Amino acid sequence: MATQDTAAHEEYYVPEKSGMAISATIGLVTSIFGAANVLNDMTFGEPGAESSSWSILIAGLFWFIATLFVWFRSTIRENLAGMNSGQLKKSYVLGMFWFIFSEVMFFFAFFGALFYVRVLVGPWLAGEGDAGAMNHLLWSGFEFDWPMKQTPQEAVGGVAGQVIANNGEFVSPGTSMAFSEVSAWYKWLPLWNTIILLSSSVTVHIAHLGLLKGDRKQFNLWLGITVTLALIFLYIQYVEYYEAYAHFGLTLNSGIYGSTFFMLTGFHGFHVAMGMTMLLIQLIRSVRHGHFTSDDHFGFEASSWYWHFVDVVWVGLFLFVYIL
Amino acid sequence: MGDHHHGPAKGLSRWLFATNHKDIGTMYLWFSFAMFLVGGAFAMIIRAELFQPGMQLIRPEFFNQMTTMHGLIMVFGAIMPAFVGLANWMIPMMIGAPDMALPRMNNWSFWILPPAFLLLLATMFMEGGGPAFGWTFYAPLSTTYAPPSVTFFIFGVHILGLSSIMGSINIVATVMNLRAPGMTYMKMPLFVWTWFITAYLLIAVMPVLAGAVTMMLMDIHFGTSFFSAAGGGDPVLFQHVFWFFGHPEVYIIILPAFGVVSQIIPAFARKPLFGYDSMVYATASIAFLSFIVWAHHMYTVGMPIAGELFFMYATMLIAVPTGVKVFNWITTMWRGAMTFETPMLFCIGFVVLFTIGGFTGLMLSIAPSDFQYHDSYFVVAHFHYVMVAGAVFSMTAAVYYWLPKWCGKMYNETMGKTHFWISFIGFNVTFFPQHFVGLAGMPRRIPDYALQFADFNMMSSIGAFIYGASQLLFLYNVIATIVGGKPVSDEKVWEGAEGLEWTVPTPAPFHTFSTPPQVR
Amino acid sequence: MLRKARSVFWLAMFPVILLLSGSLSPVWADEKADRRYQVNMEPGVTAVGADIFSLHMLIFWICVVIGIVVFGVMFYSIYAHRKSRGVTPATFHESTKVEIAWTVVPFLILLGMAVPATSTLIDVYDTEDAEIDILVTGYQWKWKYEYLQDNGENVSFFSNLKTSQEEIYNTDDKGQFYLLAVDEPLVIPVDTKVRFLVTAYDVIHSMWVPELAVKKDAIPGFINETWTRAEKTGIYRGQCAELCGKDHGFMPVVVNVVERDEYDAWLADKQAQAAEIAALMEQTFTMDDLMARGQDVYNRACLACHGANGEGGVGKAIAGSAIAMGPIDGHFDIVINGSRANAAMQAFGGQLNDVDMAAVLTFQRNAFGNNMGEMVQPIDVYNYKQGQ
Ligand code: HEA
Ligand code: HEA
Ligand code: HEC
Ligand code: CUA
Ligand SMILES: [Cu+2]
Repeated sequence: MATQDTAAHEEYYVPEKSGMAISATIGLVTSIFGAANVLNDMTFGEPGAESSSWSILIAGLFWFIATLFVWFRSTIRENLAGMNSGQLKKSYVLGMFWFIFSEVMFFFAFFGALFYVRVLVGPWLAGEGDAGAMNHLLWSGFEFDWPMKQTPQEAVGGVAGQVIANNGEFVSPGTSMAFSEVSAWYKWLPLWNTIILLSSSVTVHIAHLGLLKGDRKQFNLWLGITVTLALIFLYIQYVEYYEAYAHFGLTLNSGIYGSTFFMLTGFHGFHVAMGMTMLLIQLIRSVRHGHFTSDDHFGFEASSWYWHFVDVVWVGLFLFVYIL
Repeated sequence: MGDHHHGPAKGLSRWLFATNHKDIGTMYLWFSFAMFLVGGAFAMIIRAELFQPGMQLIRPEFFNQMTTMHGLIMVFGAIMPAFVGLANWMIPMMIGAPDMALPRMNNWSFWILPPAFLLLLATMFMEGGGPAFGWTFYAPLSTTYAPPSVTFFIFGVHILGLSSIMGSINIVATVMNLRAPGMTYMKMPLFVWTWFITAYLLIAVMPVLAGAVTMMLMDIHFGTSFFSAAGGGDPVLFQHVFWFFGHPEVYIIILPAFGVVSQIIPAFARKPLFGYDSMVYATASIAFLSFIVWAHHMYTVGMPIAGELFFMYATMLIAVPTGVKVFNWITTMWRGAMTFETPMLFCIGFVVLFTIGGFTGLMLSIAPSDFQYHDSYFVVAHFHYVMVAGAVFSMTAAVYYWLPKWCGKMYNETMGKTHFWISFIGFNVTFFPQHFVGLAGMPRRIPDYALQFADFNMMSSIGAFIYGASQLLFLYNVIATIVGGKPVSDEKVWEGAEGLEWTVPTPAPFHTFSTPPQVR
Repeated sequence: MLRKARSVFWLAMFPVILLLSGSLSPVWADEKADRRYQVNMEPGVTAVGADIFSLHMLIFWICVVIGIVVFGVMFYSIYAHRKSRGVTPATFHESTKVEIAWTVVPFLILLGMAVPATSTLIDVYDTEDAEIDILVTGYQWKWKYEYLQDNGENVSFFSNLKTSQEEIYNTDDKGQFYLLAVDEPLVIPVDTKVRFLVTAYDVIHSMWVPELAVKKDAIPGFINETWTRAEKTGIYRGQCAELCGKDHGFMPVVVNVVERDEYDAWLADKQAQAAEIAALMEQTFTMDDLMARGQDVYNRACLACHGANGEGGVGKAIAGSAIAMGPIDGHFDIVINGSRANAAMQAFGGQLNDVDMAAVLTFQRNAFGNNMGEMVQPIDVYNYKQGQ
């Protein structure tokens, strides 16, 4: 078998020990602990009772974010100091790629839930299909359509009329976010958001092209535009949520339509915010510190991949949550 | 970047700030063993309560917590981290890499585990008690009807998922990027291959588990109705999402075990592994099939018959690639020159008992029969045959096999063999009778049972105590070896062992390869 | 070496011997556990059950044969190809031919299994043409049976565990059907196709009666169908088969299969009882009547959570409870409508008839030292419900 052979190969990169992980762990666990307490106070606690849950959560988050900041800063510095071998850079690329893949699977769970309830559960509850033939006994009068006009609970006259134990009140929305519910297409915010997000994918690509040919101005400009578009997207989504709660009666309690709507768009929105932050940091790095060269700009590339991923998810959302 | 041939740091910081794959691997291994003891202690409580009919030691609600915690801790705390630890130690050494690809993240993957389990264990002391809804935590028992501690449980699962995903990304990056020159994919040792595929499984399904617990969180705290029919959701939705994760999960547990056995049997048969290529393809097929069989855990939920048939056929198919593996192992032994040191004994035990567990799995996969087996002790027997005699036996074999390489000392062979025989017998006395009571109609997850099941349950409990006690022997043997075992210095500890890890000095140096070895 | 191997062999055979000696000695069996040492599935008393049983045995024997071949080869190899016999290892490591063979042959075996499995499954799923429909609802931790046939023969009742707490906690001898006895079994006629519509009120349960070859999950908000046709009269016992909380181990399913005429008589009797309850609703009871009846209801429906002395457990203490000793409307509300804070406290309004409700409320207000001296009559319950 092989012996150790020092022929002309690059030396391996061997890392220093690091306290970052421990620090990040402290931050993460503290914030998780705080968050769990916040939620439990909300749902199970005595109303108005004093508690330090929020403080724990915020302290933990602060610690965590600060650690991540230091962690990434030192990674960037190492790279700038030329400490990273080509091999390590490739590891980063692989890491980012598979991280994005895991995110895809996370969304897959929620899309799967959406398809399952729309295609199978809804008709079953309405007494149709192989597995639901007798369900009219439980939910007499329930008719299934999507977006859901009436929850099964409402169909039987509210909690008092339902045959299963009460586990919440589910009130269907007055108006859904579906296209058909809005009178004029230009008032339909999701369409605008789609346009914004799709074009932001293009702008980030233009920025990339600028970087590749060494045009820093083009890079900064188009990256700036991308971040702005992201902000506008988030603002519109905020308006949409506001409308939903204030005028449409569409809330997290609006049965499974509300649940899937808010979870999918909400997690997507959260990812947009993350992606935007990542891009913003790259922008700051470029503008303030002149980071990135045409052949070494992994930080930006990773962020832009992430951004494209967020965009693709949106296309799925637009199709399955809003249109179909 | 200067000279990096430094040894380990001194004191606590060596562990807290570790970036060395061997140190991190060691921490994983010790942590998982500690969890194995905790989960095992819970199993002992279960078996003690089930020793006789009637409630003797604990209350039903506590019994349910024990069942739940036992399952969760064994799966997520003992087996998975044990194999991740093994991967950390062995993969870089087996492919000629200096370390894992992303060492700092590696450290983080490990260090978020202990607090996550502390959180999980702490729930048992919270108001309303800890999770008592089974390791499968079906809604709505785990949502509307759960104690408040479920919130901590949910976040605990999030952290475990994060850890597994980061650990797997690391393994994928290491295998894809850090193989020594000449180490082509089809030359990689099988342990590396099985872990490579396992890592993909993990990256694909852990996020789905995170999604499932997130939906629970929303149902509990924010009034969504994923799992409530009153709002148009479905409790069974939970089961689909859970098992989409859960079935691949059981192969996540067993594939690295397959890898270990494929390393050890050739070493003691002194003959190359038979059918290397088909082993790789079989592993990949099992992984692929694992994504389309999940609903075999749900035959009784009232799926339409078409679904039932699809999942039945797909599940049965898994017997084919798994059979290929079993046949390959046996053909590897065939006309070898075998010796039976402890690792080999555990591997033979693995092959026999895992196959029995596989057979019962096949019986379970037959949907109409599963109507009679489902949620009975027959299922409990099945999965302990594949998980204890499968994963735990192979893990034990791995420790005996590589321990001399890790610490440069030889374990006590007589004690090792004794450990094997007591385990083997104790295991069978524990779990074989469970087939009987299951078929005779004893449901699982019950703290008390009808009189007709009394004798076999008593037998099972006695076996469990024997098996449990034998694990203490193992612990003792390992510690005694590390502290005062007979030193070995051969690079190749075992006569028939093959692979890069046996070309480096014994004990393995802190940094194995600083320049890549050339593999031919 | 051989000596050692032999002793190891006997050591390994120990459990096997233990099992064999157990199953071969019927003298040990006592009447309390008539199926002690049962090691296999029951064919049961239905055609489907027999099919499932033979399917089970078929696959079992196929596995046994494969096992014998595979392990036979392995043990032969362990015996013959050991280094201590001085063999030199061969070096072969692949053979496309055998590898294809052992991929294809198992596949064919599986095909052979899939055929009978499919046809049995189709049988199990055929719920058409049932003569009797029974709606089975799982509750934490009891079953409710409602007879739906012929529209509105509204016979419906709960079936609770009969085994006493004393037996469970070992202060009393365990009776013959320990944990498998209920106060009121489900009654069905023999040789009749009965369809069960299975659902649940709170969490998922699963109705399992091995000898009737019935196991179906009870999912809250959904109705699953399954069926049976018992060919022999008798009492068949099973248990809830899905973890449903604390007393999951304590909710048996007992089915009494009787001759057709016996069934008809039983049903008529049940209907008469329902009429009787309706009449009782109009009566006024004395304190003693209410307390006696209330104690019964309490023990049956509330004790599991609130304790034999009202000391609490899963539920809050009744002894000294602010609600049980507070305004009657609050008491009505929580028992009839359930608790909003904790779903374990169910809405008993639909589970207890007005007489039982009045009785249990009276009982809770006067027992365990709660001496309120106050009575609740069925009419009060009725009025409260109407007023909602
Ligand atoms: C390591 C973990 C592991 C492994 C490897 C397996 C392997 C298999 N399992 Fe198992 N299983 C579990 C862990 C595992 N399982 C767990 C934890 C549960 C319960 C979860 C819970 O509810 O809590 C479970 C439950 C479970 C069920 C659900 C039972 C129920 O709840 O009703 C089913 C049903 O199909 C099943 C099937 C199988 C099959 C077909 C295999 C196959 O992969 C087995 C294949 C192997 C062989 C068949 C033997 C070798 C092959 C040959 C020698 C070739 C020739 C053979 C033939 C042609 C027959 N398993
Ligand atoms: C890989 C996973 C794994 C492992 C290794 C084990 C190991 C064991 N398991 Fe189990 N088990 C599960 C995974 C596992 N289990 C799962 C997933 C479930 C389902 C949970 C659910 O239903 O939700 C389950 C459920 C389960 C049940 C059914 C509970 C029920 O349905 O109510 C039982 C009952 O006998 C059991 C027993 C055992 C025993 C005796 C061991 C033994 O092998 C353990 C041996 C180890 C030790 C004993 C520790 C070492 C020794 C000490 C700590 C010293 C003290 C002891 C003595 C001196 C005797 N397990
Ligand atoms: C499955 C468990 C369970 C059963 C069975 C049960 N209860 Fe309860 N009960 C509870 C729980 C839990 C609470 C606490 C509810 C809360 O916190 O709001 C409770 C609360 C109560 C209270 C209010 C006590 C107080 O002081 O707050 C009364 C009265 C009561 N139950 C009566 C009954 C009656 C009458 C029955 C039987 C007909 C019964 N319960 C059966 C679980 C149960
Ligand atoms: Cu009801 Cu288990
Ligand atoms: Cu499975």
